[in-house]
Amino acid sequence: MGAYILKRLLSAIPVILGITIIVFLIIELIPGDPATAILGAYATPENVERINRDLGLDKPMVARYFIWLGNMLQGDFGRSFSLNRPVLDEISDRFSATLILAGVSFVLCSIFGILAGVISAARQYGFADKAITFVVLIGISIPSFFLGMMLQLFFAVQHRMLPVSGMKMIYGGGDLPDILWHLILPATALAAVATGVIARLSRSAMLEVLRQDYIRTARAKGVNERRVIYGHALRSAMVSIIPILGIQAGFVISGAVYIEYVFEWPGLGRMLVNAILKRDILLVEGGVVVVASCYVLFNIMVDVIQSLIDPRIKT
Amino acid sequence: MMKFIKLLFRNQLAAVGAVILSIIVFLALITPFLPLQDPGATDLPNKFLPPFTEGHFLGTDHLGRDMLSRLFWGTRMSLWVGFVAAMIAATVGSAIGITSGYFGGRVDNIFMRFVDMLMAFPYILLAMAIVAALGPGLNNALIAVAVVNIPFFARNIRGITVGLAQREFVDAAKLAGMGHTRIILFELLPNVLPVIVIAMSTTIGWMILETAGLSFLGLGSQPPQADLGSMLGDARDDLFTDPHPSVIVGIAIFLIVMSINLLGDGVRDALDPRLRSGALSRPLPSTMVDRGGDIPTPTEDLLAIQNLETQFHVGNRIYRAVNDVTLTVKPGECLGVIGESGSGKSVTALSVMGLVASPPGVITGGAVRYEGNDLIGAPYEKLRQMRGDKVSYIFQDPLSTLHPLYRIGDQLAEAIQSHHPVSNAEARKRAIKLLKDVRIPNAESRIRNYPHEMSGGMRQRVGIAMALANEPEVIIADEPTTALDVTVQAQILALLDDLRRDRGLAIIFITHDFGVVAQLCDRVAVMYAGRIVEQGLTDEVLAHPAHPYTKRLIACVPELGEGRRVLAAIPGLPPIVSDLPPGCAFAPRCDKARPECSQGDIALEGAGSQTVRCLYPEEDIK
Amino acid sequence: MSVALKIDNLSKTFPIKGGLFSKSHPGVRAVHPTTLEVQTGETLGIVGESGCGKSTFARMLVGLLEPSTGVIEIEGKPFDNANPAEFGKMIQYMFQDPVSSLNPRKTIRQIMEAPLKLLYKMPKAEREKRIAEIFDSVNLRHEFLDRYPHEFSGGQAQRIGVARALAASPRIIILDEPVSALDVSVQAQVLNLLADLKTEFKLTYLFISHDLAVVEAVSDRIAVLYFGSVVEVGKAESIFAAPKHPYTKLLADSAPVVGRPLTAPEQKDTELPDPLNPPQGCAFAKRCPRATEKCSAEIPTLTQMGEDQFAACFHPLEG
Repeated sequence: MGAYILKRLLSAIPVILGITIIVFLIIELIPGDPATAILGAYATPENVERINRDLGLDKPMVARYFIWLGNMLQGDFGRSFSLNRPVLDEISDRFSATLILAGVSFVLCSIFGILAGVISAARQYGFADKAITFVVLIGISIPSFFLGMMLQLFFAVQHRMLPVSGMKMIYGGGDLPDILWHLILPATALAAVATGVIARLSRSAMLEVLRQDYIRTARAKGVNERRVIYGHALRSAMVSIIPILGIQAGFVISGAVYIEYVFEWPGLGRMLVNAILKRDILLVEGGVVVVASCYVLFNIMVDVIQSLIDPRIKT
Repeated sequence: MMKFIKLLFRNQLAAVGAVILSIIVFLALITPFLPLQDPGATDLPNKFLPPFTEGHFLGTDHLGRDMLSRLFWGTRMSLWVGFVAAMIAATVGSAIGITSGYFGGRVDNIFMRFVDMLMAFPYILLAMAIVAALGPGLNNALIAVAVVNIPFFARNIRGITVGLAQREFVDAAKLAGMGHTRIILFELLPNVLPVIVIAMSTTIGWMILETAGLSFLGLGSQPPQADLGSMLGDARDDLFTDPHPSVIVGIAIFLIVMSINLLGDGVRDALDPRLRSGALSRPLPSTMVDRGGDIPTPTEDLLAIQNLETQFHVGNRIYRAVNDVTLTVKPGECLGVIGESGSGKSVTALSVMGLVASPPGVITGGAVRYEGNDLIGAPYEKLRQMRGDKVSYIFQDPLSTLHPLYRIGDQLAEAIQSHHPVSNAEARKRAIKLLKDVRIPNAESRIRNYPHEMSGGMRQRVGIAMALANEPEVIIADEPTTALDVTVQAQILALLDDLRRDRGLAIIFITHDFGVVAQLCDRVAVMYAGRIVEQGLTDEVLAHPAHPYTKRLIACVPELGEGRRVLAAIPGLPPIVSDLPPGCAFAPRCDKARPECSQGDIALEGAGSQTVRCLYPEEDIK
Repeated sequence: MSVALKIDNLSKTFPIKGGLFSKSHPGVRAVHPTTLEVQTGETLGIVGESGCGKSTFARMLVGLLEPSTGVIEIEGKPFDNANPAEFGKMIQYMFQDPVSSLNPRKTIRQIMEAPLKLLYKMPKAEREKRIAEIFDSVNLRHEFLDRYPHEFSGGQAQRIGVARALAASPRIIILDEPVSALDVSVQAQVLNLLADLKTEFKLTYLFISHDLAVVEAVSDRIAVLYFGSVVEVGKAESIFAAPKHPYTKLLADSAPVVGRPLTAPEQKDTELPDPLNPPQGCAFAKRCPRATEKCSAEIPTLTQMGEDQFAACFHPLEG
């Protein structure tokens, strides 16, 4: 097992390198002189000179990539010109906010999604199935940012039950209950879509498994139906559901960008939107590389869990 | 095509989606010709007019612009962008996928590594990085959304293509002289196209949502250009004071995406051959029973199948898989049921314990009695207690019939513990004993194996051990050696034979192989088109087959040691059981058939042990 | 009699990709170097159980798979590049699965036309005529031409498969389990048709099957494959009656026969050797009741034992 984890971790290195290459190439797409392109509105002569020195912009592309990569490996992601502070400082300040929002939403959507999917499959064509299918349909069709806005309007503005936006109260906030209190609406809005997708895919995974010959074998040997569904079938279905969870985690992170924007949640998504609008390229680069790398690591964790469930995966 | 539309509209939700979407698309197409106000004309004094105001059906926005007009133009823009993005992603992604899947090897490796890289990003980050480089704008957002969706298509299409490329028709095309381009375009593409359409119809809604999202964040369309996303983004600033523009635009996006999703599901269901027949419905814990007619009276036999009728109801068609089948088995006896594919032999076997997949299977008549008690229509719990305890099964393919994720020891223990409240340690001990009984070497370590770690023969021994777990009275073996090699088959058959002699087991052995029947079974029943056409002692039937079908079927079987020769054949094909001819189902293929053979039912008759369903039997049965 | 097909030292090894940290593996040898000759007009049966390499062998013969070593000669002409289009005119393949071998989205006419158009550049009128002739020979009705594959039963689809193979006017046809997907009553229809066609078109057959009785009924000579090697070759009428190799005997004794009592034939082990770690000597040694130390140290080669019979065994059976 340890060897397998190590192997998967090592296999992440080329993927993360690939991510840096793609990000680097995308930024290289920017037409015109790289220094002015990166600096945009902040292209004062001192800044241009500084960035030329930091990134070796006078050197050929391959050399520039390695300078940039080397700097990042040393923890130097460059300086955000719009915020006038190091990129890494800004990212680490905002990292935990995104982690809380995305993490809680991911847990919510996984639990409710799988539960809904399994119940739906177990009672195919029954009332529960139809009700769940209907709610799921609405869930996957509604834009998360619109759902967020409607939640704000209804629960926060009209009924004043929950805070409109932000992560903590400005005065005296910041303890756990306060953050959770602020988290309810954004987490719900963020989890809704992913719950729908997971529920759908879990349902079809369960239905697929229930048709397999080994389910008939289980029934033929007299295993009771509860165990057939929640033991035999669910366990096999998890083999196809877990990779779905991995992919949905990417969707939750993506959705967090909208939700952070709508709820003014001080996370990385909001930071990225602002950075793009202000054309603060180094901040965008840093944010994308950090989040994508975390996502890669998360998917390795998913693979490891998968290998625990499925003995056919060679560890 | 008509068939497709008919199938599509059988799904009512899809029809609703199609109607809503066609209205929206139609309105978007004719928008330039509608008498709408200028969507860009500002009128600040009249800002935030509520809906249903005179002259502004949906009210006005924060600049006093007419919402109705803006909604139409915005929808037009959003639909267009989503459609173009989907086309780009589908074309590029499918091209990558099909090339990669067909050629495999290095090409596949390079393409898929690249796709994996793209997929390593949470998709919006990649989109944002692209927008960051190209600058905010609707076209750039479109490119970004298309690019991030390429991996989805590439992966999907590659998966399908890999499967298709291994199909024999591709090899046949190569042997017919086709080159790679021709094979990709004329052999593979037509088969992949439905999948591309499915993938597009299920993702286009998503792409519309994504472009709207980027615009919402201000990264997509820039003023004065407006799509639904940027309209919602603008309206959000005044959400708490004047929510109606937000609500209207939000609902519009919701309606578009939902109608596309509904239609997309419909398209998928109509195009996917597996879903087409409603095959993805879950089989119930036991077969549905809908018995008409009289229930036969109890008998003394250990297991008696009496006038059993099992049907499959698919759409409007009724397949009479098992028709008036009567069989009995005594302790220690091995009864062979032989027939070709579609003869109903397996369905008969599965009907005994209500294991016919249902839907679509329904038991419509007769009875199955275990020691006189009717099992058909028995409550589920009673049936469950009998399953595996009194009557157990051995199935055909041991790889698909053992659970792939449980150790075989646990699967054996579960069979025991489903009927006997024994401790885990005790169950484990019994599991080891069972493996030894079926002559698996190193049973103590083998119980920790997963099915995929064993060979086919070993797995089938596990299947037999599982059937023996609770020392049942009857074992129903449904083609247990068909998937095995001949050298392994011989051992499994010998094992089964020893077990039944040692333990006095009754075995119902389903097979298509006369050689196996001859070696193993005391009695044999021959099935054709859902009915038993002949029944008797094995030696009797093999030496003096009375039904023309039995006689000619035996003649067809090549036997080792007879040398090179012309083989006998039966012309024609077995009938489809949804459309059975009246009278004898074999009459159309029978050279002895006379007109009366095709009129009315023919009874299974005979004196003594051999009975036959024929008006002009080959032998006079004593 | 002339030689229709000659293969010399033909073998196939599939490479195994070594991981980043594992030692590179020599690969899995699916077919060990094999030398065989098939006479014109002969039917050579090839029998073996699953995993014996019979399909790999067949795919090499039609150019669908590149051999690792060896030469294929068809009517004296060497075919050394794996180019199915070139092989196609000389040797065709008839597939096991009647459904999978026909493209579901093409009409039978389109399927039949492909080899005529691409291999022979035949104009349309001539193609029509040729297809009509072939359909007559295989007893298929002409209206089938405009139908799609799913409208046919297994037996009919297999006839279409024969027709397609014939369309290329090959000298040799490889029949890969042509009847194992069919019911017994239909199986004979196809086998008899194949026998008729062979005389009509002066064909040479390689008939691959796992069913000993079927192979015996249609072949002149039979080669027995075990673990990628030919272990015995001989005349159809004698090879199972008087086998020399213990594996051939095991196969013959295992086949269920009416009137023979049910006993598991003598053998020590039932497992095939692991292809990743092939045994050093005879692949059958572990299962063989006659095996000695020599058997697990050296690989026996095919040697003549009796008239027209060859076996690769150090301790062949007598008689």
